[in-house]
Amino acid sequence: MNSFFERRYVIQALFIVLAIGLLARIFYIQIIDDQYTVSANRNVVRTVVDFPGRGPIVDRNGVILVQNEPIYDIMVTPREVVAFDTLRFCNLIGIDKAGFEKRWEKAVAYSRSLTSVFEKQIPFTIYAPFQEHLSEFQGFSAQLRKVRTYPDSIAAQFLGYTDEVTDKDIQRSHGYYKKGDFIGRTGVEKAYEDLLRGQRGVRNILVDSRGVNKGRYLNGMYDTAAVPGKMLKSSLDSRLQKLGERLMTNKVGSIVAIEPSTGEILAFVSSPTYDPNMLTGRDRGNNVAKLSVNPYSPFFIRPIQAYYPPGSSFKPLSALIALQEGVITPQTTYFCAGGYQAGNHFVGCTHHHGVTDLRLGIAGSCNTYFCNVFDKLMNTDGSQNTRANFIDWKTNVNKFGFGARLDVDLPHEGRGNVPTPEHFDKIFRGTKWRSSTFISMAIGQGELEATPLQMANIECIIANHGFYYKPHLIKAIGDKQIIKDEYLVKNPVGIDAQYFEPVIDGMQDVVEHGTGANSRITGITMCGKTGTVQNPHGKNHSVFVAFAPRENPKIAIAVVVENSGQGADWAAPIASYIVEKYLRDTLTSRPSGKTPEWIMEQNLLPELKPKLTPAEKMASAKADSVKKVKADSLKKVKADSVKAKSGLKSASGKSRKNNIQQIAGIQPKKNEH
Amino acid sequence: MNTNNQRSFFFNVDWITVFIYLALCTIGWFNIHSAVYDEKYPTVFGFHTDYSKQFFFILVSIMFAIIILLLDSRFFSALAPVFYGTTVVLLLLVLVIGRNVGGNQAWISVGPVRLQPSEFAKYATCLLLARYLSGVNIKITEIKSFLIAAAIIFVPMILIKMQPDDGSTLVFCSLIFVLYREGLSPIFLILAGLFITLFILSLIFKPIFVIGGLLIIGGIIIAAVRRFRKLALMMLAGLIISIMFVVAVPFVYKHVIKEHQRVRIDEWLGLASNLKGAGYNVHQSKIAIGSGKLWGKGYLKGTQTRFAFVPEQSTDFIFCTVGEEWGFAGSITVIGLYVFLILRIIVLAERQRSPFSRIYGYGVACVIFFHFFINVGLTIGAVPVIGIPLPFLSYGGSSLLSFTFLLFTLIKLDSNRMGAIISS
Repeated sequence: MNSFFERRYVIQALFIVLAIGLLARIFYIQIIDDQYTVSANRNVVRTVVDFPGRGPIVDRNGVILVQNEPIYDIMVTPREVVAFDTLRFCNLIGIDKAGFEKRWEKAVAYSRSLTSVFEKQIPFTIYAPFQEHLSEFQGFSAQLRKVRTYPDSIAAQFLGYTDEVTDKDIQRSHGYYKKGDFIGRTGVEKAYEDLLRGQRGVRNILVDSRGVNKGRYLNGMYDTAAVPGKMLKSSLDSRLQKLGERLMTNKVGSIVAIEPSTGEILAFVSSPTYDPNMLTGRDRGNNVAKLSVNPYSPFFIRPIQAYYPPGSSFKPLSALIALQEGVITPQTTYFCAGGYQAGNHFVGCTHHHGVTDLRLGIAGSCNTYFCNVFDKLMNTDGSQNTRANFIDWKTNVNKFGFGARLDVDLPHEGRGNVPTPEHFDKIFRGTKWRSSTFISMAIGQGELEATPLQMANIECIIANHGFYYKPHLIKAIGDKQIIKDEYLVKNPVGIDAQYFEPVIDGMQDVVEHGTGANSRITGITMCGKTGTVQNPHGKNHSVFVAFAPRENPKIAIAVVVENSGQGADWAAPIASYIVEKYLRDTLTSRPSGKTPEWIMEQNLLPELKPKLTPAEKMASAKADSVKKVKADSLKKVKADSVKAKSGLKSASGKSRKNNIQQIAGIQPKKNEH
Repeated sequence: MNTNNQRSFFFNVDWITVFIYLALCTIGWFNIHSAVYDEKYPTVFGFHTDYSKQFFFILVSIMFAIIILLLDSRFFSALAPVFYGTTVVLLLLVLVIGRNVGGNQAWISVGPVRLQPSEFAKYATCLLLARYLSGVNIKITEIKSFLIAAAIIFVPMILIKMQPDDGSTLVFCSLIFVLYREGLSPIFLILAGLFITLFILSLIFKPIFVIGGLLIIGGIIIAAVRRFRKLALMMLAGLIISIMFVVAVPFVYKHVIKEHQRVRIDEWLGLASNLKGAGYNVHQSKIAIGSGKLWGKGYLKGTQTRFAFVPEQSTDFIFCTVGEEWGFAGSITVIGLYVFLILRIIVLAERQRSPFSRIYGYGVACVIFFHFFINVGLTIGAVPVIGIPLPFLSYGGSSLLSFTFLLFTLIKLDSNRMGAIISS
């Protein structure tokens, strides 16, 4: 008998309800909740970042200045670490036990299960033996990175350096940079950061439950290829750069050489310098600390940041402006009796030149001649007109690139200084100032200040007979050798070409039988001008500017050697060797007998003097006279380093000439012969 | 008459059920293929892979299905005690000479064939239970009959528990619905439901809160029925027993239930979460199913499946593959097929004139439903992990064969339901 028939419905109902329950749950996890899709992808998709190689930089002949070198970060995942021979591990990667503990604690504090960096930037030479034992150290792994390496160890200030990004950089880049990325901090590395860094690539790979690679995710649909940074072809000639840096050993100053026909900078020496390799790799921190307390400020980029009065090297420019303005002709003469009396100032001249025309004025660097010319320039149409004449003069000087940035492709370029009429208003308390009161500008002294780059650029203008190309350090970008349009534009300075020949005649005389005769290069017609920049704080700065050869000039140069004396003594021979190296690739002897090797050996580092406020000066003078204070060398060094810092700071902004010689250079990099 | 009978062998077969059976076997094979796909052995031939073996198992099962259909329907009722006896002997034997696989001593090797007696125990138990309850003058409401019926269920259950195969043990509990259908008081079902609920509640909440809840609800009920003294007293007794049960739960949970079961239950109830340990399987299984979305990732394209994130995917976790590669569409299809099959079995059972066939039919429905519900439920974390296969889908010869026996015996009995009248 089929009793309890109705119970089938109870059972059916129960089964249906339970099945619907399952279905509802499945509906929820499959359709409504998205987290499982995310988790599934997280399970199998590993995103691997491909770091692009930073673009290499080569010199104008293709010699590598900076490239990338593989280094290894040792990574650790604390949870996966099993007991191992710590001592052996430490020996292999070159750390001590305490250092190991410190790093270990840091890694554990970061995360037990996530991988973090244990030791950064192990060079390949250390990594290679370590790698053989890597399997003994479970939980440790290595990650390949690339750092900059400088095969010739030259051009540190020009190339600049890279550094790991800070949180601020990451924020500013709107997410481009990630922790651990490198970014250019100074020099070309900074100026061309966008081109050098390349583009990070991302690969999405599939892994199975054991982490074994199973191919690409969605056939690489979301993958992006890493684009390596662009190669930059620098205008630098590494031979010149190397020679220049060696010649400047133990000297403070700059060498800037430019190809006049293009504006390409051939040499960019800032001395003292340092080995750029010091700022990569594991010892970076120590080295930075060491370099930044160096009283001669190797980080200071003198060719574009240091300001010097151009001194006599300014005279050709004065002549050109006077010729263009029509106040003199090449035949105009002045009588030099050994000086020029301007009001109650007397500007002395080195010689009694007698009747002096333009050519002799330049060749003999006659102060009398140029004071007269300047006076005439300022007093055209009467002395009432000085202000207007000064403004005209200033405008002309500005056209030559003085007092403004030349917009070189490096960060932190200085302007130099050409005083404004307002400046004189302030100094002379009113607008009634006369040429006699600032006559020193006639001979490139006084408030007039220029960077070595600006000085070299003037020589380009003279060599080109009236125009220049923007000086630049990067000649071409990438494989296609793209040249920026702005570097193809001529910048005229408003002086007619005809006025250059007489000036150049004078400059040729300088080298042939004038102040620079000791640095004559046999067989090369070099036109130059020495400068001996008076410096109230110490020895004169030695300055030499030149271009060569006279016909179809290939190189224009400015050399400054701080606190070393006459322009003819140091800057001129150094410049002559650079010029000869570039034009002939060999070095011959000079009439002066100063060989390159001899120059390299000379130590002209200025003596370190603590920078004192006037009050302190008075006090110390008193103290000196009363009781001889023992010089506390430690204190002195400290004071110097502080001073050097302040110098660097002001140099990047509005540097004053005072700072220049107080920032002294010491301890230049080792010189390998 | 005789020719008529011969013709009716296949003529009376319930083709709907057969069709669902074949559909599920096919779905199962494809999903096993995907779960353990090995590029080295793309074909179904050669016993290198689970899917080639399963293909063979399906063929063997169909062969047995045909044999069952060719047998005389009286055979099953008559030989039920023999089957049962043999199974019990095998279950005893397996405890002595069995092979231990994955912690369970559940396998007997006969030459190259490995058998799992516990799978066949369900079949034999269903048969013997049906035969006993269909006997004349047997009423489940009588205590003696009840005890004998219970014994039939408990003997293989205890033996399987000793392997210890908890999943298969629990399957026998589902037979309570067979007893219910045959007249067992619903009190048993209600009490079972009540105690399971109390057990879970005591694990989730502090016992003091559960007792408090019980006192409030019990108090209200007793107050409502206080005029019926007897009922009120029964309620009071029930309340006291419930409270004692709740008090006992933590102790039982800690000392009686084994460690590995306890962590599974903890994971299920969310009392603990160890996605790398006890919770790994279910977590990965949920990821697989959940990431299938509406239409799934496509055949052989499930990342969880292909890259082996879910262990035991061809057996207990085969539903993951369905969910991941075929999405909700596939899930609802498979679940729909099961529900349809089970309801169809109940229809078949109810249309039997012979009580034996009907009771047996309910046994089949209960066993398949229990397997289905627990298996699918565990892959989505709806029930604690209890390792039992999904009927017809999971990889495994013993399982497929025993479910084939179970189902086709019913189909055979059903095809001969007219003959049953004649015979009785």
